[in-house]
Amino acid sequence: MDMVLVNLIDGLVTGLLLFMLSSGLTLIFSMMGVLNFAHASFYMLGAYFAYQISTYVGFWPGLFIAPVLVGLIGAMIERYGLRRVHQYGHVPELIFTFGLALLMEEVVQFFWGKNQLPYESPKILDFTLFSIAGNAIPAYKMFIIFAAMGIFLALLYVLTKTRIGLIIQAALRHPRTVEALGHNVPFVFMGVFGVGTGLAGLAGVIAGPELGTFPGMAALLGSIVFVTIVIGGLGSLWGALLASLLIGWITTFAVAYNVAFADILEALGLSRPADLASSAWRDLWTLTMPQIGPILPYLLMIIVLVFRPYGLFGKRDL
Amino acid sequence: MTDRAEHPAARRRYGGLTLGAVAPWVIGALLLAVMPYVFASNSAITIMNQMAITIVFALSYNMLLGQGGMLSFGHAVYMGVGGFGAMHVMNWMEQGVIALPLPVLPLIAGLFGLGFAAAIGIFSTRRAGTVFAMISLGIGELVASSSVIVVAFFGGEEGVSGDRTYGLPVFGHDFGSQTEIYYLIAGWLLISALLMYLFSRTPVGRMANAVRDNPERAEFLGYSARWVRYYSFCASGFFAGIAGGLFAVNYEILTAENLDLNTSGTILLITFLGGTGFFFGPIIGAIVFTLLQTVLSLHTDLWQLYVGALFVLTVMFFPGGLAGVIMMHVPPWRYGKVRALIRPYLAAVLPAAVGLLGLASFLEVLFHLRNAARGEEGMTLLWVHFSSHDPLVWGVIIVVTVAAFWLARRNAPALRAAWDFANTPPGADEARP
Amino acid sequence: MRTTTKLALGTALALGLGATTAMAGTVKIAFIDPLSGPFATTGTNGLAEFKYAADQFVNSKGGVLGGDKFQIVPFDNKISPKESLIQLQVAIDQGIRFIAQGNSSGVANALTDAIKKHNRRNPNDRVLFLNYSAVDPALTNAKCNFWHFRFDANADIKMDALTDVIKANKKLKRTYLIGQDYSFGKAVAAAAVRDISAKIPDMKIVGNELHPIGRVKDFTPYARKIVASGADDVITGNWGSDMVGLGKAVIDAGFKGPIYTYYAAATGITRTFGAAGKNIIRLVQEGNYNPPASKAVDQYVSGFKAKYPNKDITQARIANVIRMLKAAMEKAGTDTDVVKIAYAMEGMQMDNFWGGKLLMRAKDHQMIQDVYITVHTDEGITHPLDNSKYGLRTEKVIKMAGLNSPTTCKMKRP
Repeated sequence: MDMVLVNLIDGLVTGLLLFMLSSGLTLIFSMMGVLNFAHASFYMLGAYFAYQISTYVGFWPGLFIAPVLVGLIGAMIERYGLRRVHQYGHVPELIFTFGLALLMEEVVQFFWGKNQLPYESPKILDFTLFSIAGNAIPAYKMFIIFAAMGIFLALLYVLTKTRIGLIIQAALRHPRTVEALGHNVPFVFMGVFGVGTGLAGLAGVIAGPELGTFPGMAALLGSIVFVTIVIGGLGSLWGALLASLLIGWITTFAVAYNVAFADILEALGLSRPADLASSAWRDLWTLTMPQIGPILPYLLMIIVLVFRPYGLFGKRDL
Repeated sequence: MTDRAEHPAARRRYGGLTLGAVAPWVIGALLLAVMPYVFASNSAITIMNQMAITIVFALSYNMLLGQGGMLSFGHAVYMGVGGFGAMHVMNWMEQGVIALPLPVLPLIAGLFGLGFAAAIGIFSTRRAGTVFAMISLGIGELVASSSVIVVAFFGGEEGVSGDRTYGLPVFGHDFGSQTEIYYLIAGWLLISALLMYLFSRTPVGRMANAVRDNPERAEFLGYSARWVRYYSFCASGFFAGIAGGLFAVNYEILTAENLDLNTSGTILLITFLGGTGFFFGPIIGAIVFTLLQTVLSLHTDLWQLYVGALFVLTVMFFPGGLAGVIMMHVPPWRYGKVRALIRPYLAAVLPAAVGLLGLASFLEVLFHLRNAARGEEGMTLLWVHFSSHDPLVWGVIIVVTVAAFWLARRNAPALRAAWDFANTPPGADEARP
Repeated sequence: MRTTTKLALGTALALGLGATTAMAGTVKIAFIDPLSGPFATTGTNGLAEFKYAADQFVNSKGGVLGGDKFQIVPFDNKISPKESLIQLQVAIDQGIRFIAQGNSSGVANALTDAIKKHNRRNPNDRVLFLNYSAVDPALTNAKCNFWHFRFDANADIKMDALTDVIKANKKLKRTYLIGQDYSFGKAVAAAAVRDISAKIPDMKIVGNELHPIGRVKDFTPYARKIVASGADDVITGNWGSDMVGLGKAVIDAGFKGPIYTYYAAATGITRTFGAAGKNIIRLVQEGNYNPPASKAVDQYVSGFKAKYPNKDITQARIANVIRMLKAAMEKAGTDTDVVKIAYAMEGMQMDNFWGGKLLMRAKDHQMIQDVYITVHTDEGITHPLDNSKYGLRTEKVIKMAGLNSPTTCKMKRP
């Protein structure tokens, strides 16, 4: 039972980190109708910037400076890149962000090299908060949980209670009308793109010490973020949150329990082939849940897309 | 993205074979036949084989992206399944389970690709657009991951290897040498390219264009958009499978690499770089990219950075790809105004190219400065040997780059004017108000 | 074909692939490993070590056979088997007869197959495969061939050495095995199970687990299982970011026992582990220089660091590759006839530069040498790694490890 609690906490951390990425992405998606393939690259950029800042002035200033820098870069890319490609249609836009992801990985390697960087969590949080059955819960994990919760509440507040949030929500639904009312919609788009990528950068700053800061970090997280927002439903902050947590827990629990497929097959009444080594089904009989844990979200996404293309909480189609 | 693949000379549709329609294929076949005499070394032939395989793969990808408007992030899966299937058949040939001549192996691989595409397409082609793209991503990730899990078929990380020389001999050839394999691959390239071209001319191929541009109108015409997409998807899977079979024949090994998302991403990049709007676009893309990958990478560690930048710039400024750039010049050519473009091109494009080279040189020197061993300051760039620590070198590169870009920018308006002039039909200048 | 090889290559390819004639007086060694992409650091580091070793042992000592110099020619295989086969062909066309490769057993498997076929089909330009790093046991067992020589201790030999050390430590009662889900990870796990059950009957294997390679974002759940299992020690073959991720997560989760690894050092890993991994991370490797075995070793390592400040000697065997190749050429009296050189190298014995002896076992072309168990620490380190204070200190040396290890190799000789 203790392990369940530990896994719940770990899954929560993973899910909330994912949420910091997916919340920005889902806003950008529902506004521009395009999946930003480079979203995880901004996350990587955040971690690298924060590392560079931390070598001069420590962790805490980087927590605020790095996301702002990333957001500014994001806004510039929207203004001078995406907006230009927008006229060609959705597919070139998607391909543009795809190319951007490739390019950003190369640029990061050019400046920081290919090695893993020693980006570390701040000393003040470098202690074990409490232990459950010998398993330590570092204070930094708690910090991640509180930071992510804070971001969620702040976003929710801005989107639903402030004037800017209302304009954004209106611009999502009826951009022409909002423009006719005198609002600068392209500017709103740029702003949302900047804030979304800035959030991804913030996730990078926070996750860098926990998950490692290396050139492959964007690719590792890249597609899982789309999976999250597709499952959650587009443009829905609540959907993004729930899907993130769902994926965080699924991947954690899949790894935590060694469910062997052999047991399932035997429960189904199948008998184990006598000569396993030469059986064509040998892989199925030796498969365990941890082996397939990381690909379960993709399976879930395909099922969701086939049966409910607007996701769990989405209101409109992809 | 309209289909402008037809040359005006070949515009007499269904009107029998015109010279203009046949000529490109005859020239292509002749070119393929003489290439091994021009580039005779084994490595050149290996690279040409790689090019031919990539061409078939890219053309099959463009059946989805260019002709059907379906963006796939997991196309490598169909090539991989075809290739792995072919490898298993090749091993059966070695063990004497079945006896087949090697040249039919790509066909079998194509059937594997077709079978897998037929199964996946049932649900993935129900929608186009983002839904299709995301399902293809999910399938791609699932199959790539299962390559190390389903060892019986995919052979794990080290893959499945075999020996191609155990097929039934064809006119005394056992296909041990690279040249024999070259002609096998070239033959299949010609056949598949022709078939894919003809497919785009069938009613299904035409309807794929219609469904891409306006699915609703296509439905009103009585075609099910979904089934049109499904047939294109299956055909595309078939030809991707053939590419996989050619890969198996050429390399005699397939590994997890053949299935992963990188390979899928690369083929998207190649196809888009070449141009999705024209039938020959992916061919150009495949040739250019293979050269970049095998030749440029011998010269610089930064080649992926350049490829990435090239790709992003292409999407931003030339969404029609290289083929689009070439075809942009058809109207001026027809109006007989190409000569008006030569001088502005020299004045603007040449400095821009010099500027880009200068920028690349800057990166190379910076990279060398930061990564070279102590005492090894000399480097060779564009046949010039110098020290990367020399301020003079830096000065020259920066001055040349800035000057070149300034020149290009200054001459850009003239180019634009010349371009507009060249694209105006003769006599139309006065007719316009 | 061969006579036409040197005929005119056309414009682009000629420019790209360079001259095809092999210069007399130069022995070219093709280095086919990743020089771009995510694994480029390991590749470029190995390349520097090869160049340095060729300079130190051959070129600055008057060359081989009366003055022929070694030249290392780099080829970027982007760690892809397909690209490796293309670059192999390019190398052969340039008249290169020695192929060095090491990163990824998958690539090595593809190359050894391709070289075997090439040598059978083209008896006039055969090549040798100097495998300096790929440790999949299959390469010197089921897949062995006359053209392949392995200079690293294979995964089985290293595990044999590792389990000796584990057996000697009476405090270790429960072992957890975790690795990447592919051929090498499985080989390590299988060897561990076999050796532990044979040598340490009272040891309990409390976990034996494979995870997807390069796809795990967060190793925390794995770490939780390890801690919950009550393991005293962990054995893993992980490398790259999978190694760092696993190691950090396990240490963060409160694990205090030794983590026995194959590849947890250098290329940023040592620096990232830093203080957290001190006296926890241990490596099994085929050579070490803390403390240096001789003055020559000390100077060699210092000289390398002075020349390549951002790189480290991470693969000690590379020095031995160059030294043994030179010795074999001198013994065979030729630096072009690869069959004679291969026969000379078979069964060859010489001093190991890093201390002890070397034997290239004739029956499977597996190098037999001392194997070191080292610990990640900042105490007693003469030559640290990653420009940090931390490095690897030798804890135990197993003399001529795996000398009598079995092999299923049935070598066919020309």
